Amino acid sequence: MNILVCIKQVPDTESQIKIDSGGKGIQTADIKWVMNPYDEFGVEEALRIKEKTGGKVTVIGVGPQRVVESLRTALAMGADEAIHVDDPAADGGDALATARVLAGSVKDVPFDLIFCGQRAVDDDNAQVGAALSELLQIPLLSVITKVEISDDKAKVKVQRPVEGATWVFEAPLPALITTQKGLNEPRYASLPGIMKAKKKPLSAKKLGDLGLSPDQAGLQGSKLTIKGLTPPPERKAGKIIEGETAQEKGTILVKLLREEAKII
Amino acid sequence: MAKGIFIIAEQRGGTLRKISLELVSEGRRLADQSGQSLAAVILGHQITEEAKKLAAYGADTIYVADAPELAAYTPEAYTAVLSELIKAQEPDIVLGGASQQGKELTAKLAARLETGLAMDCVGLSLEEGLLIARRPIYAGKVYADVVCETARPQMASCRPNVFPILEPDAARTAEIVSVAVSIKPEDLRTTLVEELADQSGKVDLTEATCIVSGGRGMKDSENFVILEKLAGVIGATVGASRSAVDAGWRPQSDQVGQTGKVVNPNLYVACGISGAIQHLAGMGSSKVIVAVNKDPDAPIFQKADYGIVGDLFEVVPVLEEEFKKIM
Ligand SMILES: Cc1cc2nc3c(=O)[nH]c(=O)nc-3n(C[C@H](O)[C@H](O)[C@H](O)COP(=O)(O)OP(=O)(O)OC[C@H]3O[C@@H](n4cnc5c(N)ncnc54)[C@H](O)[C@@H]3O)c2cc1C
Ligand SMILES: Nc1ncnc2c1ncn2[C@@H]1O[C@H](COP(=O)(O)O)[C@@H](O)[C@H]1O
Repeated sequence: MNILVCIKQVPDTESQIKIDSGGKGIQTADIKWVMNPYDEFGVEEALRIKEKTGGKVTVIGVGPQRVVESLRTALAMGADEAIHVDDPAADGGDALATARVLAGSVKDVPFDLIFCGQRAVDDDNAQVGAALSELLQIPLLSVITKVEISDDKAKVKVQRPVEGATWVFEAPLPALITTQKGLNEPRYASLPGIMKAKKKPLSAKKLGDLGLSPDQAGLQGSKLTIKGLTPPPERKAGKIIEGETAQEKGTILVKLLREEAKII
Repeated sequence: MAKGIFIIAEQRGGTLRKISLELVSEGRRLADQSGQSLAAVILGHQITEEAKKLAAYGADTIYVADAPELAAYTPEAYTAVLSELIKAQEPDIVLGGASQQGKELTAKLAARLETGLAMDCVGLSLEEGLLIARRPIYAGKVYADVVCETARPQMASCRPNVFPILEPDAARTAEIVSVAVSIKPEDLRTTLVEELADQSGKVDLTEATCIVSGGRGMKDSENFVILEKLAGVIGATVGASRSAVDAGWRPQSDQVGQTGKVVNPNLYVACGISGAIQHLAGMGSSKVIVAVNKDPDAPIFQKADYGIVGDLFEVVPVLEEEFKKIM
């Protein structure tokens, strides 16, 4: 099977996030960039399917030069080929604008299955997979924790946890799956894997190569725009309950929750 | 000229979900503010009676799309029916839930309608007819105000448990409009094969008003019994840190945090949880946070409204006893 995995590079989840002087973006100077954790599940699942059925895994990333590192990480894990859309006019788009770039970059690549993360942990947008499925007119299976390909490779059956239940969906291939934690445990890149990755094909594309103009992508092609960023409401440390014993502290706490916080 | 506000109500098994009431209530607020009408849209099978309940919360019109194929949610059929209705009615604003189903549905719908969607919002306001949507990004480390200037409808999905539900007014009525449903074969590619009900029957963490969570400090899966007992007394749902999930003590569906669930309860009690940044990302906006930890320097105390420095195995049973006395 031919499998595509969309990879976004995001700040490490430990990163301190500070608003920049323009008020619409963040300061990037001290940020360590990593592959979106949900995309790691996508790479892993694609590799596991390929190990069973044969075929090829292609990873795609849209973003500046640094994104090459995350694409190489995926190649080192075992992906076969990478496409990097490296064009400032493609960056910073809303879901649909980004999905257009992704759709453009796979227009000549055959695929049976596409993986996206259920959300990227930077903008927490949770939309690009859905938008891409719309543009490609293929079934969308969101927030998936289990993937089973049918023996004839024509269908996929998935598990999707929702509030209070798990839904089992089935859809014909090609389809797009967005990944959720629990799907698998992503492997680490091995040393030989890292060596091999250096020789694997990684092609850089511009918007023009995808048949797109700047007004269809990036900020220019976006419907949704950021007006401004604000720090979240402050949460200050409250009271530490003083007392000699657990009994004493517990009694005071319950009284405070009832009388002061009025929560119970 | 675009007009009116639509909310996409959510039902499961023919019963409205709580998020639907949150959506109508917020829709009503925006409608009153802008002098527009409010319509609720519901898809399902034999749901007209249930749909009428939305009138009491403020819907002026209720669109009911009723068909056997719509009994259970499937992304393609629901997107097809909703996009047709929205194209025909041209509402100015469409709100959906940022629930599991709602996130997928609103994202597909926005793409099909080629408009902008503000996902997982915690606040909505109107400025000169424009919907200003506030949404946490970077796991809540920053809030973004986003706007869709030109494309219509303006769309937003609302985070569950954030928008207050209005007092229902039984005297209110709404016009019920039945939507002509035409579903094409290509809208039925994705099918729901089975729904595996969660055996615990507990309120989902994203909808819970009270949560008691355990972390690595619980030391073992069996020890969660003490949290279950406390939760039973105060009507809470039990959650967990990633460490507790990764240790196999709790299922993935219990995980709170950046790669788990984002929760918004009135009360969050963290037991044996250090308060790593990725955990705080999931529960930092709880109204009241209580931490029980034996390490006085645990970062969780920096965010907690009330902290007890002590051994959770001693403190939790006391809390259970004390709550029992007053509940
Ligand atoms: C990409 C990424 C995503 C992540 N996503 C999440 C996420 O979604 N959710 C999440 O929770 N974490 C997440 N993490 C993990 C996070 O960084 C922490 O490792 C994790 O939250 C720690 O869990 P913990 O607090 O239970 O364990 P620990 O940090 O080990 O803390 C245990 C605490 O228990 C206390 N303790 C021990 N015994 C007792 C006792 N008897 N009585 C009282 N207190 C006691 C200790 O003092 C300590 O503070 C993520 C990490 C990464 C890198
Ligand atoms: N710039 C990008 N390049 C490649 N894939 C992306 C990009 N942005 C989003 N994606 C994919 O879409 C998923 C969801 O992103 P989002 O909708 O932004 O939360 C990510 O996990 C990726 O799989």
